[in-house]
Amino acid sequence: MGIEQTAPAPGDSNSNFLLTTLDDVVSWARKNSLWPLTFGTSCCAIEMMMATGASRHDISRFGAEVVRATPRQADLLIVAGTIVKRMAPVLRRLYEQMAEPRYVIATGSCTISGGPFIYHSYTTLRGISDVVPVDVFVPGCPPRPEALFYGILTLQKLIQEEETIGKPGYRRKPVTAALPPNMSIDEIKEEMAKLLEQQAIVKDPLKGDSTEFMRGR
Amino acid sequence: MEKAALLETITALIPNAKVIEEGVDRPAIELPPAHLPEAAKLLHDTDDFAFDMLCAHTAIDRIDDGKFELIYQLYSTKFHHYLMLSVKVDREHPVVPSVSSVWRIAQWHEREVYDLFGVLYDNHPDLRRLFLEDDWQGHPLRKDYRDDFMLTME
Ligand code: SF4
Repeated sequence: MGIEQTAPAPGDSNSNFLLTTLDDVVSWARKNSLWPLTFGTSCCAIEMMMATGASRHDISRFGAEVVRATPRQADLLIVAGTIVKRMAPVLRRLYEQMAEPRYVIATGSCTISGGPFIYHSYTTLRGISDVVPVDVFVPGCPPRPEALFYGILTLQKLIQEEETIGKPGYRRKPVTAALPPNMSIDEIKEEMAKLLEQQAIVKDPLKGDSTEFMRGR
Repeated sequence: MEKAALLETITALIPNAKVIEEGVDRPAIELPPAHLPEAAKLLHDTDDFAFDMLCAHTAIDRIDDGKFELIYQLYSTKFHHYLMLSVKVDREHPVVPSVSSVWRIAQWHEREVYDLFGVLYDNHPDLRRLFLEDDWQGHPLRKDYRDDFMLTME
């Protein structure tokens, strides 16, 4: 039939024509009506409020401006800010209360690795991916609203391209950036440690001179 | 009261008070821990001072001197003047009298300092941890605090 010829080619061979089209429509609707949850824990939250609330960076262009105050009505969790040990169970519970399919965008270096609190912190989690499965990480300290929007657009792309009705929320996980060629993670870590020590940003006050420690700050 | 006049009146009333001059821009005095309760009562009740508000209470770990420095920021809503009280206690036996009978808000401030620094307050009605879990071991804002979770650059 003519209609079959104009239809988009199905993604995998055993899904039929009608289902693929519905998938497209549903994913399109889903990606353009992400409802974020009101959730923010520290400085990144201020930047997120700039993105969601302020007029200059209008998040409603992407259909994500309906910020809900209850997880039961939200499907996008923007984890903006430092997560500490006591906050982690709360974050997990909020995530579990959200309606499926649910998505998580983590903004800021705190949610990626603990950010500025990675050393000498007794309570800051070093990254939140142990607590909730993250779809998109947005680096920065804090990321600018543009970066957050790029994160939302990336998520929209993931939803449009990879989701089906049969497998909502299914994505290739986790999303990791590529490393530069000829370099391993350990080498990067070593280099970072050397730099930090050189600039005396981190020194053990027990071992070194603690006035030096203060001055380095 | 002006800064100079205030300090003069205080040192006249509380002979043990030592005026701190270095590194402060507000009137500041140092007290031995044993004299804290009576001095607090005087500062609160004397009509000339009327320090009726405790804005903040916190601690500094002076590990090199083996001391905790306890800071009390006082304010008078009547005269609008400030005073900083500093009390130094031994790091090994950090016991000080509580000022919660003078300023009730001190109950919470003192619980916080107890939680994070392990300073013990005599006569505190309910000295429990404020922020951390009840079964937490140690006091994490001490400079020599370490635990398995913490990352350090050794
Ligand atoms: S990443 Fe930076 S801006 Fe964001 S919460 Fe952490 S410290 Fe604050």
